[in-house]
Formats: sequence, C-alpha cells, structure tokens
Amino acid sequence: MRLFLAAFIALACAACSAEPDASTPQPAFIAEGRPAALEDWGQLARRGQALVLGEGVTAYDLNTALFSDYALKLRTVWIPDGAGPAAYHETDTFDFPVGTVITKTFFYPLASGGFDQVSAQGRLEDHFDGLELNLDGLRLIETRVLVHREAGWEALPYVWDDAQRGASLARTGAFVDLTLISAARPAQSFAYAVPDVNQCAACHVTDARDGAVRPIGPRARHINGPFAYADGPQNQLARWTETGLLTGAPEPDLAPRAARWDGDVTLSGAMLDSAARAWLDINCAHCHSRTGPARTSGLYLEPWEPDGPHLGRCKPPIAAGRGTGGRLFSIVPGAPEESIFVHRLETERMGAMMPELGRSVADHEGVALIAAWIGAMSGGCN
Amino acid sequence: MTLSRLIAAFGAAMILTACGGEPQGRDTSGFDTEYQSVLHEALLDAQPGDVIEIPAGRFAFDRGLSLSGVSGVTIRGAGMGETILSFAGQRQGAEGLLVSNSNFFTIENLAVEDTAGDAIKITGGDGVVIRGVRVEWTRGPSTENGAYGLYPVLSRNVLIEDSVAIGASDAGIYVGQSDIIIVRNNRAEYNVAGIEIENSNNADVYGNLAVNNTGGILVFNMPNLPRPGAGTRVFDNDVHENNTANFGHRGTPVANVPAGTGILINANDDVEIFNNRLRNNRTAHVVISSGHSSGFSDLGVNEDFDPYPEGIHVHSNSYEGGGNNPDSMELQALRIMKFGPTGRMPPVLWDGYVNADLLVDGVLPDALRICVTDADVLNADGPNGYANPQVEREAFNCAHEPRQAVELEL
Repeated sequence: MRLFLAAFIALACAACSAEPDASTPQPAFIAEGRPAALEDWGQLARRGQALVLGEGVTAYDLNTALFSDYALKLRTVWIPDGAGPAAYHETDTFDFPVGTVITKTFFYPLASGGFDQVSAQGRLEDHFDGLELNLDGLRLIETRVLVHREAGWEALPYVWDDAQRGASLARTGAFVDLTLISAARPAQSFAYAVPDVNQCAACHVTDARDGAVRPIGPRARHINGPFAYADGPQNQLARWTETGLLTGAPEPDLAPRAARWDGDVTLSGAMLDSAARAWLDINCAHCHSRTGPARTSGLYLEPWEPDGPHLGRCKPPIAAGRGTGGRLFSIVPGAPEESIFVHRLETERMGAMMPELGRSVADHEGVALIAAWIGAMSGGCN
Repeated sequence: MTLSRLIAAFGAAMILTACGGEPQGRDTSGFDTEYQSVLHEALLDAQPGDVIEIPAGRFAFDRGLSLSGVSGVTIRGAGMGETILSFAGQRQGAEGLLVSNSNFFTIENLAVEDTAGDAIKITGGDGVVIRGVRVEWTRGPSTENGAYGLYPVLSRNVLIEDSVAIGASDAGIYVGQSDIIIVRNNRAEYNVAGIEIENSNNADVYGNLAVNNTGGILVFNMPNLPRPGAGTRVFDNDVHENNTANFGHRGTPVANVPAGTGILINANDDVEIFNNRLRNNRTAHVVISSGHSSGFSDLGVNEDFDPYPEGIHVHSNSYEGGGNNPDSMELQALRIMKFGPTGRMPPVLWDGYVNADLLVDGVLPDALRICVTDADVLNADGPNGYANPQVEREAFNCAHEPRQAVELEL
C-alpha cells in the first residue's frame, strides 16, 4: 500500500512537471536579438503566487507617473556587475551604462466579476512588498523592457498570457479587451492597447536631434522621493547612490523634485500649480518639448517653461484638427471649459485625444487637476 | 441657371449629404484583415534601403502604422486604385502611417483611406518623396474626418507629386515647418484647404488641380513656431470652384477661411503667384491677409511674430467668374453695396493691414510691397473696421524679381 502511494505521488508530480521553481531569477543582459519570453531577461518572473524580482534588481517608482488607463505599474532597473553606475543628470535621463535593463509591468487589481473586469483603484504598495508582487486578485497585462545595447536603447513589449504564467514578445503590439470598474463612474469597456516596437519610439525618442530611444522616468525630479523598500522606506536617489546604481547625485534635498500627486483634485494655490506642472511634465513633456516629437506644435510643457503662449496661454492651435473641440485657444485662463487642453485630455477619440498613444480612456482625475489649474488662472484671452 | 450656380447647388447637396443623417464611407467588410500584420512586421523589421512592396488588394488595419529612425525605406503599392489601405476600423493611433526621423523615405502608388486622425504624417525627414498616393475620407467632406491627408512636417527636400487628397477636415496636402519643397501635379478636392504650405521656406507649388475645397491653395504663417515661413511660388495651377462650405473645426487656423477662396496668403512673405487659372471661386480668387485677420489673441502670440504678408507678387494669372457670392454677411453686404446685386468682387481681396513701423515717408520699401499686376484689388480697410473698402489698382502696380526655382537635393 505504501509503495503504491509513493508511486502515485511520483506520478502526480511528474504530471505537474516537477517541483515548483523557487529559485531567484538571474538577470541577464542580452546583447542581441529579441528574446521571445520575458523570463529570458531574468528581471522578474512568476514564482508561486508572486511576481518576484531578479537578483540585484531594484524596484522604483515616480513621484507623479504617466497615466495608462488606470493600470498600476511595477518598475525595475538593473545594471550588470561591472558595468558601472549611471551618471546623474539634473534634468535629463540619467546616463545608464550599456547593459542596463529597465522594465515596467502594467497590472490591474481584479474587480469582482471576472478576469476582464479590472479596477481603477489601488496603489502599487497595496500589492508589492519591496521584493515581490503578490498576484492574488491581480491581472498582469504587459511588461515593457528597455535594454541599453551597444547601438542604443531598444524597446520590447511582452504580453502576459491568460494563465499569468509568463509574458511573450509582442512586437506588433496587442489589444486586450477589458472593462474598467470604478466607484466614481459606470463600468466602461475599452481596448487596452499595447504599443508596437515602433510606437515605443513615438514617446521615447525625446530628442529628435539624435533620434535615440531613451528612458523617460529615471530622471532626478521623478525619482527624488521615497520608496517602500523591503527594509523600510528610503529616498530613491539616496538608495540608488548607496547601492551603486547612480553616481554624482547631490543630497536629495538639493536635487530637483517633481510634486507627488496622488489623484487629489481639491488642491489649490502652490500645491495645485506644482501638481499640475508635474502631471503635464510626465504625461506630455516627453513629446511637448523643444526637442521632442510635438515640437511641431510650439507647445512646450516641461516644468521650467515660463508662463506664456508656449505653455498654452491663449495659444492658437497649429495642427489640432478635431482636437480643438471647437475651442479657440490651448488655455483660456479661468475658463477650462473653453480650453483646448481640457478637451484633448478628456476626449477618448483617436486623432483628437492627448496623449495620442498610451491610453484608451480618460484620466478623469488628471483632467480635473488640469481644469482646476486653468480655472485658477486669471486674465482671459481678450 | 448658370454653370456656377449649378455647381453651387451641387456643392450644397454634397454638404447636406455629409452633414445630414449618417454619412457612409466605403464598406470595408470584404477587406483582407490578415495582411496588416505582414506590413506591420515589415515596418518593424525595416532596414536602411528596404523596399516594402504592398501587393494590389484591399487591406483593413485596426491600428496606426509607424516607422522610426530608418533611412532609405520605400513603401510601394501597385497603384492608388489597386492597393488600398483602409483604416475605417482603426482602434489605436493618431495617424494611419507615422514616419519619424527617417531620411530618404519614399511612399508611392497606394491609397490610405478613412484614418481616424491624419492619414500619412512624416516628421523630421531629409528627403521625403510622396508619389502617386491617394489619401481619402470616403464619406466625403465631413467634420468627422481626420485633419491632414499628406502631412510632411519639420522636413527638408520634400517632393509630393501625382497624388490625390480628398476630404481632409483641415488640409489635404500640408507641408509644415519644412524647407526645399515641391508640390506638383496633384489633385486636391473636397478638403477645407486643398494644399497648404505653412511656416515653410523655398516651396514650389505647380501643376496642381485644387477644386471644390473651401480654399484651394494656402500659404500660411502661424505664430509660436520656431520657423517663420517665406519664399513660395504658386504657379500653373488650376484652382476652381473652391466653394465647399467650411467644415473645419472651430479653432483650427483653416476654420476661418471663407468658402470660395482660390489662393490665400496669410502672414507669409516673398510669395509669387503667377500663371494660375482661377475660376469660379465665389469669395475671391486670391486673398492676401495678415495675422490680424486670423482671430489670434494678443496674449497668445510670440512677440517676434510678423503678422504682415510682405514681398507678395501676383501676376500673369487668368481669372474667370467668381467673387459673386462671398462667404460672409459682411463681404456679401460689401459686394452688394459696391458692385450691385449682381456684381462681383474683384479677383484679389486684401485685408488692408500694413506694418506702420516699416513705412518710410508713408510707403513701404519696395521689397516689402504687395504687387498685383493682373487684376483689381479690393482693399477691405480692416484697420479702420472695414469702414471704407476701395477697389485699387495703381497702389499695387509694382513687381518683384522672379523667384528662383526650387531644386531638391534628393
């Protein structure tokens, strides 16, 4: 009888393909080619009911992040041993060495109702403990990899399978049909769009003069803030310096810092202004700068841009087409309902909405923030 | 019933079709949906010098295509009537095709239809050739259509030829913020602006047919852009019946263009307009206007923006009909007052704004003058609230040196 049972267990184990892999993923710099599976990069992998970070991989977050259809995001950065730290820069993306791998995993908390019903609420720290993402009640959508190779940065999108076991390369992008559930609004069906490889460049070529793909988030002002590491909270600039990821950074208090905006739409005064500028910076300024793809528009939304036509004040549109929404100026001070800004941010119509890529639904809180910011301006346009 | 009235009635019928009820574009239910991934991957894999051949056929796309940072790529179909790429079912992307930072790019012999936004946008390229391409919104003129058809911007050495643009809610063929440009032998119809050169330098626009647009050919300067445009020749074009009611979006620069405009210069300098055949444009065959007529806010214009059109030379064109039914109450009242109930406006309309800072003894230096030697000019007297419009001829009797032909470096 005991023999029989042992044989049965052996059989059962064979059937479920050996014992579960509990090893820590080992990160790899893959200098060429297009690995078919996200796991090949070793940056993060499914282990049991969690998505765990690879050995030496650092999770990070941005003070105020790009809106992506209410998805939550887990960001990681890894520099191979011996490649050296990234060099600090006050305004631009840090100068990361060849071999650096950056990932961003997009996921949603599941709402009750099924695998396609996702929640518009939640925070990274509700699900991530500094080492692993607890997948209970989550749906992983995609993980984007940015790798710094000899010839420059390359972007590769991976889409998670329905079983949530792994993510496969999807160079041509993908659509994922979801329904967004939120307390504030009726359920909304939408097609979550994974960008294709060339579309990655539409945002990540931030300087048309060299046409090079670059990371956008890892800049001083975006990461100069606290992160909940497994061993406790710490400023990310300080952490990156301490762990050898970054060199040349000043004390965090002396480095630029974008506002941390958590969706509060009741701000006023300087808090409102800094939150709105941080939102415009991370959502728009990778294109809307003097060197970015949207320099065609004459609208520049970097945080240091002074007030005036280039920031949108009373500025007539150049090539907005349907994006005007029938309004005359980008910003009509004091009148968000007359401002093209607000229309382009709240519409969900292709060819009219802003940003052009990366969202299918409106960032309702972001729209409210920008509307409040415009509403607090005075002067009008006449 | 005269020919022009017939055409006007036809135009009105078109607009009714477009705005009343549900305008229907081409039925794409039988289009091939498999091919899109083939083209998509070819664009992702494109290497310098690649020729991507698209066979004859009708292909449906559900997301925008893009090419970034690869030089010398050619995309070639089997003809603008044979290779049709429809984006009627587009679910993502602000353009049908976006080409960025890719030099020596050629696209030819195919059609792009019914994109959600712009049809073909090419940005930051040196050496851009668009040849034998049709872009069209198949429901006809409608505010629902995308903005631009063929849209090179921030580029150098741009050639657009033998192409067709139909139905754009802004400009059918639009070259913006570019240098060294030839736009020739194209057909633009039922767009708000047929062909538009904006904030660009050294452009030749010739041999084109601009018909049934709101405005046929526009040479524009907009404020707040790094590059003020100057230096365009518009010649040997057929520009007629550009009488389609303006279906542009309020707020866009072209939404102010009156229906019935043949050729429009706004705030641009050093423009030579000659040997064109202008016919039955119901507001005016040639409109010369300043940024003061554009509805800008003084607060929203960069300080160094020059709103005045200067160094303009209009000569040797032929004018037939037109000016009989201008597209505004004010102009209509002016027409009747000055020319009688059945009279026509003169072929050329000028808003009357002059940069007073540049006057020497009350007159502009010769190089800056507006010269019109082939027609009467109606000076609308804009600076005085349009109080005293006058037909003038002698004031415009001057000439500028002929501009040099544009030579592409391709």
